[in-house]
Amino acid sequence: MIPRPEDLIRVLPETIWCIFGVLLMLMQPFTRSRAALNFTALLGTILGTSATIYAYTSVGAGSAFSGLIQLDAFAIFFHLLVGVVAILVVLAAGPYLEREGLETAEFYALVLFATAGMGVLASAQELLTAFIGLEMSSISSYVLAGYRRESLKAGESAMKYFLLGSFATAFFLYGIAFVYGVTGTTNLLKMGHADTGSTLLKLGFALILIGLGFKVAAAPFQIWTPDVYEGAPTPVTALFSAGPKAAAFALLLRIFAMVPAATHFWFWAFCVLAALTMFVGNLGALVQTNVKRLLAYSSIAHAGYILVAFAAVTSLAEGNPAGAAPAYAAVLFYLLSYALVKLGAFTIVSQLGGAGEKHLSLDDYAGLGRRQPVVAAVLSLFLLSLLGLPVTAGFFGKFYVFKAAVNSHLIWLAVLMAINSVIGAYYYFRLIVVMYMREPNVQTGPAPVVVGFPLPVNVVLAVTAVGTVYFGLFPNQVLSFVLQTNLLGH
Amino acid sequence: MPGLLSVLIFFPALGALALLLLRSDDHLWIRRLTITISVAEFLFSLLLIPRVAMGASGYSLVENFAWINDPPIRYHLGVDGISLFLVILTTFLTPISVLASWKSIEHRVKEFFVMLLLLEVGVIGVFLSLDLFLFFLFWEVMLIPMAFLIGIWGHERRIYAAIKFVLYTMAGSILMLVGIIWLYNVTGSFDLPVIQQALATRPELLGATAEIIRRNELLLFLSFFFAFAVKVPLFPLHTWLPDAHVEAPTAGSVMLAGVLLKMGTYGMMRFCLPLFPNASRRCAGWIAVLAIIGIIYGALVSLVQPNLKKLVAYSSVSHLGFVVLGIFALHNISMQGAVYQMLAHGISTGALFLLVGMLYDRRHTFEITQFGGLATPMPQLASFFLFIALASAGLPMLNGFVGEFLILLGTYHVHASWASWAATGVILSACYLLWAYQRVFFGEVTIEKNKTLPDVSAREKWILVTMAVVTLWMGIGSSFFTRRTAASVQNVLEQMGSQSAQEAVTPKAAKPAVTIGALAPTSLERSGTR
Repeated sequence: MIPRPEDLIRVLPETIWCIFGVLLMLMQPFTRSRAALNFTALLGTILGTSATIYAYTSVGAGSAFSGLIQLDAFAIFFHLLVGVVAILVVLAAGPYLEREGLETAEFYALVLFATAGMGVLASAQELLTAFIGLEMSSISSYVLAGYRRESLKAGESAMKYFLLGSFATAFFLYGIAFVYGVTGTTNLLKMGHADTGSTLLKLGFALILIGLGFKVAAAPFQIWTPDVYEGAPTPVTALFSAGPKAAAFALLLRIFAMVPAATHFWFWAFCVLAALTMFVGNLGALVQTNVKRLLAYSSIAHAGYILVAFAAVTSLAEGNPAGAAPAYAAVLFYLLSYALVKLGAFTIVSQLGGAGEKHLSLDDYAGLGRRQPVVAAVLSLFLLSLLGLPVTAGFFGKFYVFKAAVNSHLIWLAVLMAINSVIGAYYYFRLIVVMYMREPNVQTGPAPVVVGFPLPVNVVLAVTAVGTVYFGLFPNQVLSFVLQTNLLGH
Repeated sequence: MPGLLSVLIFFPALGALALLLLRSDDHLWIRRLTITISVAEFLFSLLLIPRVAMGASGYSLVENFAWINDPPIRYHLGVDGISLFLVILTTFLTPISVLASWKSIEHRVKEFFVMLLLLEVGVIGVFLSLDLFLFFLFWEVMLIPMAFLIGIWGHERRIYAAIKFVLYTMAGSILMLVGIIWLYNVTGSFDLPVIQQALATRPELLGATAEIIRRNELLLFLSFFFAFAVKVPLFPLHTWLPDAHVEAPTAGSVMLAGVLLKMGTYGMMRFCLPLFPNASRRCAGWIAVLAIIGIIYGALVSLVQPNLKKLVAYSSVSHLGFVVLGIFALHNISMQGAVYQMLAHGISTGALFLLVGMLYDRRHTFEITQFGGLATPMPQLASFFLFIALASAGLPMLNGFVGEFLILLGTYHVHASWASWAATGVILSACYLLWAYQRVFFGEVTIEKNKTLPDVSAREKWILVTMAVVTLWMGIGSSFFTRRTAASVQNVLEQMGSQSAQEAVTPKAAKPAVTIGALAPTSLERSGTR
C-alpha cells in the first residue's frame, strides 16, 4: 500500500530527527569542527520540533499508516515535550562534550535517534509500532549511558541499563504476544471490544505494565535508576530523566486509557505502584550524599507522584472517559513541569561537576550561595519546584495530581502523597541549606568555581527557569490544551 | 482607594527588587532603603483604618479578579476587622525588626533585608486572601524567607532549627492542601465566601447521609486545623518553636512571635470556624483541653528555663494557648479577647525578644546565670524590660491584661472550669517573668564584664519607646481596637450559628451575650478602678 501524503507529514518529525541523525554520522569523517556539528544537531532538533507543529496545523489530527500511528493532540504534546528536551539537551551537551573531550557527532546522532524513538512511542496506536519506538529510544540510551568510555562508572551504568532494559523489553514483548493471542490484534483501538474477563489478556497487560514500569522507574522495577543516572554523562542523565520517562508514560496512558480490559483490572496495580514508588524514591533520597544520585532518587519519587495521577485516570476512566480529562491533564502537566526542572537541575550539576565530573558530593555545594549566587538561586528555584512550592510549575503539577486523586476518591493515596512531599521537602531543602547556610569543608576546600557558564548552557538555564516560573504563574494555556475533549482523538 | 490591598501586598516585593539593585557592600544605603520601604508600607497600612467601616461585618476594599480559569482560582482580597489589625501589626513590626537588625546583622546584609521584606509580602498576603488557593500560596511562600532568616543569620544550631521549622510547617500545610482540594471538589470553587455559602445552604454536598456528612466535615476540619495548630503552635505540636526562636536572629524572632504565630490563630477564626461549624463545636472541648495544657505546660517550662530566649519562647506557647482557648470557647467576648490577645502578644512578646536580643548583642549569651544585677549598669534597659514584662504578665492598664481578661471572662460564661484552669496560667506568667527579671537585673553584679555594659543606645531607645507607647495605648485605649473587631467577630459566630440550626448547641455560645462594643471598655474600666 502506498502511503498517503498526510501519512508522511504525520511522521515528519520522526523522519527529520532520523535524517539529521544519519547526516551527523556521515559528517563525522569529514569535519572535526565541533561548531558545525553542534549547529547541525541543533538545527535537526529544532526542525523536528517545528515539524510537529507544522504537521498538526497543516493536516491536523488523524491516524497514519492504517492506524499504526495516531497523531492527535496528545501525541503533539509529547512530541513537543521530547523535542524541546532534545533541543535543550543538545544545547547543554555541546560544552560538556568539549570539556570531557568526547566525540560529538555520534552523541548527537544517538540523541536524535532516541528522540525519534520517543516520538514514535508517543504516537503509536499499535503495540508493535510502540515496540519499535521503545527499542529505538532504548538502544540509543544504552549507548549514551556508557558514552564516557574511560570511566568505570559509565561502563557499569551502560551494562546495568542494557541488561535490565533488555529484560524489561522482553517482558513488554511477551505481553504483546499474550494480548495478540487473545484478541487477534495488536491495534489498541480494536482491542476496545475484547472480552475483559480473559485471564490471558490480564496477564498480557500485566507484562506490558512491568515492561513500561521499568522504563518509568516505578518501584519495584527502579533498582537500575540511581546507578545508571550516576554513571551516565550528566546531559544524558538529564535526557533520561525527562524524555524516555515522558514517552513511556505516554504509551502507558494510551494503553490504559483506550483498552477497558487493561484499565479495569489493573486499576489497583497503579495504586500499589504509586505508593511503593513514592516511598522508595523519597526514603532512598534521604541518605544520598551525591547530588546526581539524590536527583535520581527524586526522579523515582516523582514517577510515583505521576502514578498517583495514573491511578486517578484509571479509576475515573471506568465507564466515564470524559471524566478522566482532568486526571490526564494532571499527568501531562506534571510531566512538563518535571521535565523542565530536571533538565535545568542536571544541566547545572553537569557544569558544576567540573572536568571528569569529580565534584558531585553535597560537600562540594557548600557555600555555593556565596561563590555563585545566580547559579545557586536558579538551582534553588528548581529544587523548590521539585518540592512543589507555589509560584513554580512544580506546585501546579502537584496540585493537579492532588486534585485528580481527590476527585477519584483516592484520598488515602493523596494523603500518602502529602506525607511523601514532606519527606521530599527534607532532602531538597537540605541541598538548599548546604548551598546557603554551610561553609565549605576546611580539609578539602571549596569546589573550584566554574566562572561564567558557556552561552548555550545559560540559554538552557534561562529557558528552564523562566518556564518553571511562567507555568507556575500561568498554567492556563497548557491546561486548556491538554484538557480538550478529543485529546486522544480517534 | 481601589487596589490598596494589592499595593500593601506587593509594595515590599518591589522594595526587595529595588534592594537587589544596590551594591551588596553598601550596607548603609541598604539599611536606609529598607527602613524607608517598611515605614512607607506601615503608613500605607494605616490608610486601611478609616476605610474599614466600623460595625460592618463583611469585607472591605475587596479585589476580585479571575486568575486561573481552570480550576477557577481567583485573585480575591479583602479586609475585615480581624485581619485589619493583624496587617497593621505586621507592617508595624517590620520596620521595628529592620531597626533591631541595624547593627547586629553584619554579613550578607542585602539578602537579609530582602528576605525580611519577602516575609512581609507572604504574611500580609495570608491575612488578606479570601481565596483558599491564594491563601495557601502565600502561606507556603512565606515559609522560605523565614527558613532562610533562621538558617543563615541564626545562632549555632540554626540549620537544625530551620529544617525543623520547614518540615513541621510543610507537614501541616500539605494536608491543608488536600483539604482545600477536597472542598473545591465538592463545591467547585476556591472562593471563601462561595464555599461558605455552599456548605451552609447545602450540607448534602459533603455526603449522602448525616453520618457521612459529620465524618467528612470532621476530616476536613482536622486537615485545616492541623496546619494551623502547628503554626500556633498548640501543645503537643509546639516543639519546633523553642528551637526556631532560640536560633533565629532577633528580627526573625520578632516576626515569628509577633506575626507568624498569629497566622495559625487567624486561620482558625477565618476558615475552621465559619466553614466547619459543627465539627468545630464537636472538637472544641478537646482543643480547649489542649490549649489549657499548653497554657500551663508552657508556663511551667518557662519557669525552669535557664535560657532567657527559650523562656520567652515558651511563654509564647502559653500565651497562644489563651488565644486558642478564647477562640474555641466559641463565645463572643472570649473571641474578641482572642483577637486582642493576638495583637497584644505580638507587641509585648515582640518587645521581649527585642530586649533579649539587645542583651545578646552585648554579652553574646542567653544564659540567665551569665547575667545578674544588670540594673546597675543599664538602668534604662532594665526599666523597659520591667515595663514589657509586666505587660506580658497581664498587669491591668497594659495590653496583655485586656486580652487575657476578655478571654477568661468569655470562657467563664461557657465553662467555668476551663477559665479556672487557664487562670493559673496568668499567675504562673507573673511568676516566671518576674523571677527571670529578678535573676537578670537585680542583685549584685556577679560577673566582671557585666559591670561595664553600655545602656541603651539612641536607636534602641527609639525602638523601645515606640513599643512601650503602643503597649500602654493598647492597655488604656482598647476600645479603639475592640470597636473595630467587634462586628467581624460577631459575624464569625453568626456564620457558625446560622449553619448549625439543626444541631443542639449550648445557648450561651450561640447567641451573643451582650453588645460587645460597649462591653469591652466598660469591663476594663471596672477592673481598672480596683
